[in-house]
Amino acid sequence: MATAVLPPQQRTNYLNAEHGVKSWLLTVDHKRIAILYMLSITFFFFIGGIYALLIRLELLTPAGDLVQADTYNRLFTGHGIVMVFFFLIPVVPAILGNFLVPLMIGAKDLAFPRINLLSWYLYVIAGALMLHVIITGGVDTGWTFYTPYSTAFASPKVIEAGLAAFINGFSSIFTGLNFIVTIHRMRAPGMTWSRLPLFIWAHYATSLVMVLGTPVIAITLVLLVLERVFHLGIFDPKLGGDPLLFQHLFWFYSHPAVYIMILPSMGIISELIACFSRKRIFGFNFVALSSVAIAVLGFLVWAHHMFVAGMSVYAALIFSFLTFFIGVPSAIKVFNWTATMYKGSVTYETPMLYAFGFLGLFTIGGLTGLFLATLGVDIHVTDTYFVVAHFHYVMVGGVVMAYLGGLHFWWPKITGRMYPESMGKLAALIGFVGFNLTFFPQFILGYVGMPRRYYQYPPEFQVLNVLSTAGATILGIGYLFPLVYLLWSLRYGEVAGDNPWNAAGLEWKTSSPPPTFNFDVDPVVDFEAYNYDELKEIPVER
Amino acid sequence: MSDSHAAVHSPDHHPELRHHFMTMEQQQNTASLGMWLFLVTEVMFFGGMFCAYLVYRLKYFNDFAAASQSIAVGWGAFNTAVLLVSSWTMAMAVRCAQLGKQKLLIVFLLFTMLFGSAFLGVKAKEYHDKFVEHHVPGADFSFTEKLLGHPDYVVNQYHAQMFFSIYFAMTGMHALHMVIGLGLMAYLVVATARGKFSTAYYTPVENIGLYWHFVDVVWIYLFPLLYLISRK
Ligand SMILES: [Cu+2]
Repeated sequence: MATAVLPPQQRTNYLNAEHGVKSWLLTVDHKRIAILYMLSITFFFFIGGIYALLIRLELLTPAGDLVQADTYNRLFTGHGIVMVFFFLIPVVPAILGNFLVPLMIGAKDLAFPRINLLSWYLYVIAGALMLHVIITGGVDTGWTFYTPYSTAFASPKVIEAGLAAFINGFSSIFTGLNFIVTIHRMRAPGMTWSRLPLFIWAHYATSLVMVLGTPVIAITLVLLVLERVFHLGIFDPKLGGDPLLFQHLFWFYSHPAVYIMILPSMGIISELIACFSRKRIFGFNFVALSSVAIAVLGFLVWAHHMFVAGMSVYAALIFSFLTFFIGVPSAIKVFNWTATMYKGSVTYETPMLYAFGFLGLFTIGGLTGLFLATLGVDIHVTDTYFVVAHFHYVMVGGVVMAYLGGLHFWWPKITGRMYPESMGKLAALIGFVGFNLTFFPQFILGYVGMPRRYYQYPPEFQVLNVLSTAGATILGIGYLFPLVYLLWSLRYGEVAGDNPWNAAGLEWKTSSPPPTFNFDVDPVVDFEAYNYDELKEIPVER
Repeated sequence: MSDSHAAVHSPDHHPELRHHFMTMEQQQNTASLGMWLFLVTEVMFFGGMFCAYLVYRLKYFNDFAAASQSIAVGWGAFNTAVLLVSSWTMAMAVRCAQLGKQKLLIVFLLFTMLFGSAFLGVKAKEYHDKFVEHHVPGADFSFTEKLLGHPDYVVNQYHAQMFFSIYFAMTGMHALHMVIGLGLMAYLVVATARGKFSTAYYTPVENIGLYWHFVDVVWIYLFPLLYLISRK
């Protein structure tokens, strides 16, 4: 395009259209709000990372030397709350989803731009509240806030932490609502449902879970706070209340929340694999609908978190079966991604390396989920490091890998600059090695019986724990490194051009960075998603 | 912010058409879908409490019945009627907005607010009565009433307290929604008086109307579930 000759900072785009702090804090541009989210979520990622570092340092030796039990409880609680509510849940939808959903469907903005900004403010208020909790001593309930410990015994800080999660929940609800309405009502002419990129399908499914699930955790936390503050005894065993009801309500949201985390990541992977295999995603319809299937089935498996908490054997059997069953749509995706690469022109740029990392790690995380769905095995490894390793494979190996892949892929679109490719590849490699070294030993530790949430352990577990801590150090470098070179690239990176990957999709048909209203000419869509066979002849422009 | 870009549209566009929509119709459909989805989240929100109610009602039925019988059913029925009438005045307000009758719109909104306030006043009286009767959960709780028709049945104090926990949580959350609704209607009255709405644009009236009907529907469920357990 003609505009590619101008350096990005000389064209009017969403970044330089207005200046000053106020123009950012009052913006209703979805792209600017995405940047606001990127800054705040990255901040919380490193807070959660510091917690992880302290946990791994304590576990370097069998004895409790760095911290004692009470502090350790606060560490893993803080790590869990910050990472789940303030990083994993918003990271992909609120950053990349916010930036890309309108661009990919050819809209000028999300349906409700001011509500979008409100979502960010709710996130910030909730985050500030959580930071206050952290600074003033923290909570030690675990991120799950189980009653009656949280309502009758834990430090009163649990009220504040619960409110933080509650407020953050509304941020999530409004984001999901905004996406659903946007995808229904704001598509460009010609952008039919069958032409929607899989990233959009994934975000649609995610939004369904956000809208249907999050209100349930919201009311559950309200009831918890009411019990704590006003002695309403909904979960209080003294009044005949049932703490298990709390667990059911909690997991009714918190299992689907796993899909709030992983579904958008799967959307990223579809985009990456199609682009770097130069092929339309194999079985497009199946991949699209498997997202919706996961969103629906995800609401029917929550009690697999409670197999040892007490429930009828028939209920356990049903939840076990359904948990196996939900593996099917996930497997459909993995098979179709693999089939897409078959006979494709696969290239190995940084985003694709992250996609490969995702495929491997998510597969391990998903398959060990089936171990845990098996009642007998679950009873053996409940509350051990096996579970910890399983969900970190899905959430760190899955979500974080996909997020970093997506971030590198769309970095030129977001900033107008390329990241340094060789450093990107190196960071992806470091992250992959560090991740496996951190978490694979934990599978073994859990299987041989090391329980989670303990600050001490028998000496025979030390070798594997040292490996895990060493891995965490490498993983930390793998995360700090991109932070450094991505910031560097903002100034010194190569100017990207509108479509550096020669990728399909509407977001690549506008300039980089895009103008405030996304497209200079209102787009009309007359092509299918991932029409890479039609793009073959165009030379890569940089 | 966004309004400063209004110039990108043709000069004859409606002043309430926001920058990222093509037509008023698209904007209206979008807002309406958004409101319906928000109400879905509200259903899930209240659903958590209905679920808790169901679990404990099945578990402690007799104690729940005795506790339920101690609530003044007359006031509850009165409030139900008040809310139903307020739903009608709200529906009429939306109709007036459609027809562009701005003055009548304000009148119906004010009537809706009046009925809503009456409901909250009665609710406050009921709460006060419960407070006087020591039926508010906490250290002072005591429940001495008998289960109707079963004078020998010893009502379990704890389970009765559980009923009132759920009663206050559910009706309290409902009342909070009413207060928010009244605030929204006050906004509508001011906006109407300032001439913000016309037959071409009255989306906020319609959406806040939907919200108000939803709050009514919640009460339609709360009334029998909380007031009418095993009443003869
Ligand atoms: Cu689960």
